[in-house]
Amino acid sequence: MLEEFEGHSEGRMRIRCRAIVKGNDEGEALVTKQPINFLTMIDLKSGIVKDAKHELYKKNIANKVLVFPNAVGSSVGAYSIYALKGSRVAPKAIVCKKADITTASGCAIANIPLVDSPESDVFAIKSGLTVKVDAVVGLIEIGEK
Amino acid sequence: MQLTSDEEKALKGERGEALATAYRILLAIGEATEAKKLVPITWAHVSGVNYNTIGDSGVEFLEKLSKDGRVAVKTTINPMGFDAVKVNSLKLNKEFIAKQNRIVSAYERIGVTRSFTCIPYEVFDLPSKGTDVSFAESNAAVYANSVAGLRTNKESALSALASSLTGKAPYSELRVEELRKPNVGIRVNYELDNEVDYGLLGYFAGKVAKNSVAFSGVENLSKRNAKSLSAALGTSGSCGMFTHEKTSEMIEFGKEEARKIRDELHTSEKGDVITLGSPQLGVDDLSLLADMVQGKKFRKRCLIFCARAAYEGAKKLGYTEKIEKAGAEMLCDCCTCLTPLIDRNEVDDVITNSIKGAYYLSNSNKVGVCLKSLKDIVREECA
Repeated sequence: MLEEFEGHSEGRMRIRCRAIVKGNDEGEALVTKQPINFLTMIDLKSGIVKDAKHELYKKNIANKVLVFPNAVGSSVGAYSIYALKGSRVAPKAIVCKKADITTASGCAIANIPLVDSPESDVFAIKSGLTVKVDAVVGLIEIGEK
Repeated sequence: MQLTSDEEKALKGERGEALATAYRILLAIGEATEAKKLVPITWAHVSGVNYNTIGDSGVEFLEKLSKDGRVAVKTTINPMGFDAVKVNSLKLNKEFIAKQNRIVSAYERIGVTRSFTCIPYEVFDLPSKGTDVSFAESNAAVYANSVAGLRTNKESALSALASSLTGKAPYSELRVEELRKPNVGIRVNYELDNEVDYGLLGYFAGKVAKNSVAFSGVENLSKRNAKSLSAALGTSGSCGMFTHEKTSEMIEFGKEEARKIRDELHTSEKGDVITLGSPQLGVDDLSLLADMVQGKKFRKRCLIFCARAAYEGAKKLGYTEKIEKAGAEMLCDCCTCLTPLIDRNEVDDVITNSIKGAYYLSNSNKVGVCLKSLKDIVREECA
């Protein structure tokens, strides 16, 4: 069944992963190899990364498909994810290398689809490409810009 | 993760929105930690009470949840931002007080016990060994697993709250016997003298261990040193438990390792204010302190954070009178971590014997920290 999802088809690459918080959405990818501290690094009103040391500095996570390894810092960061949703600047979906409890619980209360443990390298995805996240079967599909 | 049909119904919202949210949280954490099912817990201890910790988004979330969310099991809560009785005499801004009161009201509607303590294991009777609980406060989770013989993961504010509403927790990590086995061991190769030394060891261990760590050379821990060790261990990483068994891989912890950790946390040679607590002091700690300061006076402002239950107990035994006579201010319901009572516009450096306190004073309150053992604090800062 799942083989048909692998590899390229019609210019789209598909990567199998694990569904953590169920849901589906599609948006522009924003990719970083650096962990994120939701409590301290993100402006909760605008969704802009305010930590000057982070490689996403000044980038906006609003309505993106955010791809990062995992969250770091206090588990209270889950409330920050909830606040982003309340300000309508949350990511549309999140892809983690390994979902941590802060991201998992934050996505759960904010209803943001979350997948993790991708079977191939998601950090190779270029920011700006359209990514479709299916957090029901556990699949991401990378399309054209 | 497999849910029962009742759990599925609750997840779909058939038993209210709050319970559906609670199951969403447990399901997400269960999937992330590879749990196969939920297991019953008998006691939840919830963190995320201080307004300085959870902020406006926390206030909003809790108010929404408290509309129809109710506790299913005994639920105790962490310290808040101030002493509820002394609030009017403390220098706090009105907005902070109002937001803090909204948080407390929301928790009260949910039905928690107004414990405002980070040492539930010392204030409340413990269930029998092997019982599953859900403790969010990290020092309490480590102490529960390592000293009190209970089982809990190092829960987050949200997972413990979800456990409170459902009476359940994902069966994963430290709830699974095989996963409680330490994956790294630490051999302590010098004699630890006081609670600061035990804290330095804990902080070191938290950096190198994952779920569980084995110590050799620190058997026969006193409760005071176990509290300090647990709190520091819970601060520096994800490790939620220590044991005293042998492991194949042993890392050395000597004076050099201790010095490196101390250099990281001890950022000042002096301090304007002394804080004792983090974790809060219990009756035994207050008894010891009362003896040490009898007939002496603190030369500086000294804030002593204790559980209200401990304060009331110590008062009956005459300890609080001795401590207050020495000039210290005793504060209940709150603690050193993220306290609004230490403002860097007024305080440059703080003296404390708490490694956990040192970490938060430095990183959250942004003040300098002078680490000293209680014995040295009394010797050098009292006359």
